[in-house]
Amino acid sequence: MILKSKDLLGLKDITKEEIQGILDTAKTMKLIIQSGTKKTPHLQGKTVITLFYENSTRTRTSFELAAKYMSGNSVNISVSTSSVAKGETLIDTGRTLDVMGTDVIIIRHSMAGAPDLLAKHTNAAVINAGDGLNEHPTQALLDMFTVMEAKGDLNGLKVAIVGDILHSRVARSNIWGMTKMGAKVVVAGPPTLLPSHIKDLGVEAYTDIEKAVEDADVVMALRIQKERLEKGLFPSVSEYARFFGINENIVKKAKKDALIMHPGPVNRGVEITSALVDGDSSLIDTQVTNGVAIRMALLYLMTRKDG
Amino acid sequence: MRLLIKNGFVTDGIGIHTGIRDIYIEGGVIKQIGENLSYQADRVIDAEGLYVFPGFVDAHCHLRDPGYEYKEDIKSGTLSAAYGGFTSVACMPNTNPVADNKAVITYIIDKAKKEGVVHVYPIGAITKGQKGEVLADIGEMKEAGAVAISDDGVPVASASLMRKAIQYASAFGLTVISHCEDLSLKENGSMNEGYMSTVLGLPGIPHEAEEVMVAREILLSEGLGIPVHIAHVSTKTSVTLIRDAKKRGVRITCETCPHYFSLTDEAVRGYNTNAKVNPPLRTEEDRLAILEGLADDTIDIIATDHAPHHIDEKDVEFNLASNGISGFETAFGLCSEYLLKTGVLSLERFVSKIAVNPARLLRIPKGTLKEGSAADITVCDLKKETIVDVRKFRSKGKNSPFDGKRLQGAVIYTVVDGNVVVENRE
Repeated sequence: MILKSKDLLGLKDITKEEIQGILDTAKTMKLIIQSGTKKTPHLQGKTVITLFYENSTRTRTSFELAAKYMSGNSVNISVSTSSVAKGETLIDTGRTLDVMGTDVIIIRHSMAGAPDLLAKHTNAAVINAGDGLNEHPTQALLDMFTVMEAKGDLNGLKVAIVGDILHSRVARSNIWGMTKMGAKVVVAGPPTLLPSHIKDLGVEAYTDIEKAVEDADVVMALRIQKERLEKGLFPSVSEYARFFGINENIVKKAKKDALIMHPGPVNRGVEITSALVDGDSSLIDTQVTNGVAIRMALLYLMTRKDG
Repeated sequence: MRLLIKNGFVTDGIGIHTGIRDIYIEGGVIKQIGENLSYQADRVIDAEGLYVFPGFVDAHCHLRDPGYEYKEDIKSGTLSAAYGGFTSVACMPNTNPVADNKAVITYIIDKAKKEGVVHVYPIGAITKGQKGEVLADIGEMKEAGAVAISDDGVPVASASLMRKAIQYASAFGLTVISHCEDLSLKENGSMNEGYMSTVLGLPGIPHEAEEVMVAREILLSEGLGIPVHIAHVSTKTSVTLIRDAKKRGVRITCETCPHYFSLTDEAVRGYNTNAKVNPPLRTEEDRLAILEGLADDTIDIIATDHAPHHIDEKDVEFNLASNGISGFETAFGLCSEYLLKTGVLSLERFVSKIAVNPARLLRIPKGTLKEGSAADITVCDLKKETIVDVRKFRSKGKNSPFDGKRLQGAVIYTVVDGNVVVENRE
């Protein structure tokens, strides 16, 4: 029994051992992806539904491929095509999917806690694929997997996460997960984009990104959204890029072999320069590949009878 | 009907009656309070071991009638109030239609006369439709029976309009009750901004959203020399601002609610929508400051902000859930547990904050045990332990974060105009 709960709602409520179990399983799954056949029977007869209330390309495709590689049935529901637009409640939608015999529901929602609500009212296993500002646990798992693959271990590493921490569920899940695995997590960004009491989550916080990146083993840039600019949280894209963007000079402060990561999609030249995105230290493509492995691991662990 | 309440410990909140007394009631009026009264009565209540108070007066509740009767109506709301020990309640105007004119005020008063279990005093809106644009017909509402004005639920964003409202309403002897919330600071927030909002990933409401407007109302009240009342104070700095203002003689008064001295934003954990309320539950530091404000009389009034909702409005995503707690039936237990048992308030000061002061704010002849006044009386047991069970609420609103909580202190009898409307004795 690797996972204690029927659902994966976030990394804040699961243990180091559970995280390790998922990462170990993903290693095997990655071998399957790299093999020629890319087909296993692990999910045969199982139905996986992606229920997305927000747009997504990579996360959704990643889950769908993960299900298909393991011979599962996958169905996609998005806001525009489902009865959600007609005003059906989340609980009712969940019940409907449940009684159709769904084994796993993967939900993305603009509101924090929506996966918790769904999980409470369904028998199906629920995987959070991003909820509001709260968590995006599969992204953090794939980030951790990617770092461990490159560095062997997370314990003792310094990970700098730079950008819009306030609105980032990726940052929050990585903070919960990586600190549990023994990494030192440092966050940095403009003060208007750092969450209240962020240090109480066991991280260091800086507004000077050079300081944050100093001696880091991993530098992770986060996507900056245009709507933050519209809300007046920073003055302009060019000013943001100049003071809070990751560039070659900033990266020089990090360790020589520091890894460059980004959850995507990237605003090239804003939160990170193109040269870094495409450079030798960049693991951005590897992150995407590993995303499929992590999601295969989760679907497998959450649908097998002994957890 | 002649009623004699014997041997109870009477506290009237103003220091005239404190001790074991008998109360004799005839024709709905308190005839005499004294020791060892011997009257022939139709009914005698032996209140030995119990505490006898003037009926509680709630300066802030939502009865949802007219327009939202699926949440609550005057009948269910006043029955719930009676079970909470309240014999008079002042209901906020955010009904549908808004109580911004004499017709709606009259409707509420008439319906309450017919169906109400306790006295109902409507509060009129400050602005038409609570839109914050044009003053409502304040004089006509007063004439129809409104006891105060408030746009509760939404702030009056314009300082200029608020200033005019305070001035204008004073001519009619109506106090403005201000719901303090700067919406530009609140943005899309749905809980207190702080450690918990960061942990839960919910958009936060900074405490300054309340305090900026508390400061504004203090300055307006001070500048005009006219009293203003601040609704549901929830933060440490609001308490400090009001305390300082009172010290220099500003005629500002304020209230808090039981949830602000008994809960913190920790209660939101698990996306508990029953703990979603406006203003939001704050931190332990704020909670302690509220207790301090009660203890040093910075906070004059304990109000429930009883805000019943239908389960469909709470059993949704946290951001979508309605704000509010069904508060009548837990108010006394929470006061007893958090204020009386702990010694934060003496019995007398508790009674002043839950009966005497709210009646003064609303300028209604209630919250008193004076001989010759209407016999509105609440009898409580301070020892009796109960476990809150929302399924037993008389209110239609079962939305309470206190479900399952053990509280020491319960309302045993509620008497309205000499009639025993609640009997809760095993």
